[in-house]
Amino acid sequence: MDFNILSWLIWTPVLGAILIVILPKNRMDLIKWIAVFFTGIQLLLSILLWFNFDNNIQGFQFMEKSPWIPAFNITYMLGVDGLSLPMVGLTALLSFLCVFVSWNIDKAPKGYFSLFLLLDAGMMGVFLSLDFFLFYIFWEVMLLPMYFLIGIWGGPNREYAAIKFFLYTLFGSVLMLIAVLALYFSSGRTFDMIELMSTAPTALSQISWWGFSGVKVVWLLLFIGFAIKVPIFPFHTWLPLAHVEAPTAISVILAGVLLKMGTYGILRINFPMIPDGTVWFAGILAFLALINIIWGGMCALAQTDLKKMVAYSSINHMGYVMLGMSAVVAAGSKYGSNIAAAELGMNGAVLQMFNHGTITAMLFILVGVVYDRAHHRDINGFGGLASKTPIYAAIVALAWFAGLGLPGLSGFISEAMTFLGAFPVYRNIVILSTIGILLNAAYFLTSYQKIFLGKLNEKYKDLPEINRREILILVPLAILVIFLGIYPTPLIDIMKTTMSEIIFRVEASELLVK
Amino acid sequence: MDNIQSINFFIPELILVATIAFCLIIDFFLSKKNSFNVAYVALIGIILSGISLWFSSPLITTSLFLNSIVLDPFSRIFKFIFLISSFITILISLDTSELKNRSLGEYFTLITAMILGLILMTSSVDLIMIYLSIELVSIISFILAGYLRFKMISNEAAIKYVIYGAFSSGLMLYGFSLLYGLTGTTKLFEMNKVLFSHDFSHINLSLIVSFLLIIAGLGYKIAIAPFHFWTPDVYEGSPTPITAFFSVAPKAAGFALMVRFLNSLFGDVNPLNSENWVSIEGVPWQAILLLLSALTMIIGNLIAIQQENVKRLLAYSSIAHAGYILMGIPLLSKDGVFAVVFYIIVYLFMQLGAFYISIIIADKYKTEKIEDYAGIGWQSPFLGILMSLFMFSLTGLPPTAGFIGKFYLFAAVINAGTQYYWIAIVGVLNSVISLYYYMRIVKVMYFNEKNIQNSFVPSQFSILLLLILGIPTIYFGVQWTYIHEWVDSALKFFIPNF
Repeated sequence: MDFNILSWLIWTPVLGAILIVILPKNRMDLIKWIAVFFTGIQLLLSILLWFNFDNNIQGFQFMEKSPWIPAFNITYMLGVDGLSLPMVGLTALLSFLCVFVSWNIDKAPKGYFSLFLLLDAGMMGVFLSLDFFLFYIFWEVMLLPMYFLIGIWGGPNREYAAIKFFLYTLFGSVLMLIAVLALYFSSGRTFDMIELMSTAPTALSQISWWGFSGVKVVWLLLFIGFAIKVPIFPFHTWLPLAHVEAPTAISVILAGVLLKMGTYGILRINFPMIPDGTVWFAGILAFLALINIIWGGMCALAQTDLKKMVAYSSINHMGYVMLGMSAVVAAGSKYGSNIAAAELGMNGAVLQMFNHGTITAMLFILVGVVYDRAHHRDINGFGGLASKTPIYAAIVALAWFAGLGLPGLSGFISEAMTFLGAFPVYRNIVILSTIGILLNAAYFLTSYQKIFLGKLNEKYKDLPEINRREILILVPLAILVIFLGIYPTPLIDIMKTTMSEIIFRVEASELLVK
Repeated sequence: MDNIQSINFFIPELILVATIAFCLIIDFFLSKKNSFNVAYVALIGIILSGISLWFSSPLITTSLFLNSIVLDPFSRIFKFIFLISSFITILISLDTSELKNRSLGEYFTLITAMILGLILMTSSVDLIMIYLSIELVSIISFILAGYLRFKMISNEAAIKYVIYGAFSSGLMLYGFSLLYGLTGTTKLFEMNKVLFSHDFSHINLSLIVSFLLIIAGLGYKIAIAPFHFWTPDVYEGSPTPITAFFSVAPKAAGFALMVRFLNSLFGDVNPLNSENWVSIEGVPWQAILLLLSALTMIIGNLIAIQQENVKRLLAYSSIAHAGYILMGIPLLSKDGVFAVVFYIIVYLFMQLGAFYISIIIADKYKTEKIEDYAGIGWQSPFLGILMSLFMFSLTGLPPTAGFIGKFYLFAAVINAGTQYYWIAIVGVLNSVISLYYYMRIVKVMYFNEKNIQNSFVPSQFSILLLLILGIPTIYFGVQWTYIHEWVDSALKFFIPNF
């Protein structure tokens, strides 16, 4: 391809944001259609990228590189591989759909949509940048629009939620900044991620900090930064608050894309750049995954607020991603060189990242639908809605079943893969994790029962049915959920080569040799 | 170089001296109502001085006036910083209603005189010259702080400033006298030679004491903890343009003096021109400065959280920023000094910008309380966006210049070795704390109920001045190669040939 498609993917929404800022305030419809247009172009570009992507090539494709600050060896470097491509697709799809989800925003739409487009650009930049400095800039730039989007357009407790989100994530990212600098100086002054992947593993072991090896220190600093985004227990407390207070579209972006950045970062940076640290921490990672799965599930079970329940289900679902990631050590000779298990776990993790993105987007949109009509989200405050709103009830059933991991829907496949991958190494943890599936079923089914089944709550006898716009938003997601539940191979094919590469790098760690 | 020859290299300063004299004369012929016109004379003088500085050779390094002051790229870059910041301060002073209907002739004359003092502070290499230049700056500061003489709070500011200033000058002088007693000279380079050629291990204590006393004096100037107690009251009471100026220019001069003093005195004879410089043994000045830096950041940020008044908040935040900058000095590396200078340049724009917006808002809405800022983001989008930009930059969030400044500071710390990681971690955690109170201003402007109903467009003059401050704040966050190279070329000190 002879034009810089990756740059266009990132900067298209920025163009849209600038255009919206210039427009006069009263052109409400035009503002929305501009947002549709630019996110639409971005979606088309990502589809184009998807079809031109060669699954069998190792390393990065469509690379762009140009100097930025030569004095400090900072470059503008982009590239895409099997790990970032699914995330790019997910980001483009959810951003496009979320413009329609936000169709009824009437408070300062100009500000809303321009910030939304900037957020979109920031997310895209995180997934595409290969220069660590650039990565960090995008990582942080994203926080600003998010802060405003939650703080201005959010629910009653929005100010607290916005600042808590901001403080937590900034706390993580500044620690990451120290790790970035430590990597930069120990590996011969470069931010180039590809170069770092080959130089960092040995360079880091030569520095130490208060008796701790640089490998562990830098790994942990990076991990805390990413863990807060995932969020991994005990850094998860910002999530329920932010997800509940944010407007529906922003909750979708938060859960659908932002959480993935945490696990993306760990897979992109921690795993290949610091394999020794990865092996050292893999057991703890699996254990944290278990806590996320059980803790998230139990918290979700305890909620009466529907949106909070969905928010906690995200913590649970991200636990499966981490469980799959911890399976990477299975490839080492210490654990019997079970490369198949490692691949299963890693592919399952990335697949689960994508699937959780689509499923949780459906969940949040559906919660938004009922909230727009009933103006509350109390699970116990409904009853028998299925008779009034059968279409809505049917779509909810699909999303809920996908969320609890029903076979035939996409969540099942990826969860099963992570379990199978981690089983040879972390047998007990995997066995205990299956409790999480039970918990999932428990809260999804009881909430469905309370809301849709039983006697119709008289208060809602005039509840309007889900409208056409909302159905059209949900259809593409539902198709993906069903399709990937039956036939996930196309997506797995994309990530397979890259995952093998990451496994290969981790496997090279001496800690894995028998 | 003798005095007559030195004159040739002293033209920018001489232009300032002429401007000061001219300002005083012009003031005689102006009525009180028209006295603000002196500002234009001062502005022209500053521009002329800047032009002559611009065309002076950037690479020349020599000592002037019988080795009492030096001319080198390091002092040159600071001269630009002082000229720019005072230029902007004078423009801000012309705009604020705080100073309307007052006799302003002396006010602008004093600001111009202060530039001269600041320039001398960064160039002095002789204890007597250092002391004189500090006093020149301090005494003018006392007068400017109390310029609103019918306002109780301004008088309070001036008197507090005088008492603290006199006391810390005394401490510093005592430190100087100890140094002189030990080495028998007032010239920094000769002292350095004596310190390195003699064994001082048996009288270490007197060196440490003199170092601590001098740091107390300098620390007062740059407002680092625990010498910061004057700052909030003085900043709150002074005319706001002067507060803005205090928080930038004298601080920059203090840091420049500190860098030069420590390098020339405790470093080896080839300071800064090598990648690292050697520290004299026996005086734990690095550890002391690092601890002071950590203390300053923590105190500045924690107390800033509790402030209700914007000027006081910015005062405490400027203390915290002094703490960040101080990190760069004890690292004994070129990177460290680079980061210090870079940060000061960036800090100039964002700090003056934040103060200027608080002035515009104080003029329009008669309030300095943070909670009264409610809704300003919606009523005046321009002010809201610019204020948010300055707040982001002060916090150190990309893509603003403040982030790049912090980035270089932390990079210098990390590069100096793992033994300094702790201060980097203290520093980054403090940026997280600072996010809370900077964002509080943004939050109040955008999230809170709209108290202010009518929309408000600032004057064209204000918009222009804000753009002058705002554009570099964002531009240097995206593309800062030019500044990087400029600062890099300025890291050369004068070294004497013995």
